[in-house]
Amino acid sequence: MDGSLNAVGYGLAAIGPAIAVGLIFAAYINGVARQPEARGMLQPIAILGFALAEALALLGFVLAFIA
Amino acid sequence: MTVHAMAAAQAAEEGWHAPGVADFWQPLIGDGNWAITRPAIVFALTAIILGIVLVAATRKLKLVPGKGQFLLESGYDFIRNGIGRDVIGSKEFLKFVPLLFTMFTLILVNNLVGVIPPVQFPTMSRIGFPIALMLVVYVSYHAVAVRRKGGLGYLKSLMPPGVPGWISPLVYVLELATYFVTRPFTLALRLFANMFAGHMLILVLVLGGEYLLLHTDGLLPVTGVVAFVFSIVMMFFELLIQVLQAYVFTLLTATYLADAVSNEH
Repeated sequence: MDGSLNAVGYGLAAIGPAIAVGLIFAAYINGVARQPEARGMLQPIAILGFALAEALALLGFVLAFIA
Repeated sequence: MTVHAMAAAQAAEEGWHAPGVADFWQPLIGDGNWAITRPAIVFALTAIILGIVLVAATRKLKLVPGKGQFLLESGYDFIRNGIGRDVIGSKEFLKFVPLLFTMFTLILVNNLVGVIPPVQFPTMSRIGFPIALMLVVYVSYHAVAVRRKGGLGYLKSLMPPGVPGWISPLVYVLELATYFVTRPFTLALRLFANMFAGHMLILVLVLGGEYLLLHTDGLLPVTGVVAFVFSIVMMFFELLIQVLQAYVFTLLTATYLADAVSNEH
């Protein structure tokens, strides 16, 4: 069996951002469930947090290709 | 043994070529640095079509909107109020709405053609296009901030208030890196990597499915059908990501502009 260790490394690196994204949306759902009228205010914040956490995974993705 | 492991084992024997970065380089006219590529033509076409549609739709606006006008207006309303006003603030957001709306519509259409035939190629999966869009945002938010606070004032305003003296040099360096390196870097990279990874995934499923279906024996062709079905599922997932990435790019642009116009840090 052959292949690149980069893929394994990226899989490991993706665990952190995956947990982060899960936590962010868990908090968002919690917030909306407690106070449904706050949805409009929470949504951009949640998406923003998601985008920032996801950036880490994407950095790893790019590094897996160039390393 | 999973489908992928089997595909990999088959590939090792008969030379199935996994799709790679090279599949995204598709010159139509010429070659090398000055080639006119497929994404370049798609980008130009989408810009022209978008311009024509928007001009035609806003030429004869009615007080009671029809279907098309309603769709357009709710899209514009979403960017103007949902992103512009909520993020930048009701005082100064109006002059940035054209930039935000342009970014959103251009990225949205360019992403959507990534799964819509006959194009089926996400323009943003070539890093040059996100970099070009990022440069527009990069120059704008620095220019806005410098015009608002002056060059020195801008550099001073990067320092967050209330930081203890001994650690402030370190914090300042980090802030400088955030504003001048990390932000543009991640802004372009996020859009590029999402589109690239999504298209690559669909390529793997479709090409792998084709290989399993036509070039294998026994029960393996069945897994090829599974791969095809899964590729269609992933295309719908891609649709979601494409809309989300257009939204995220616009939202981050608005956030950076809001930082630039705000008086405190």
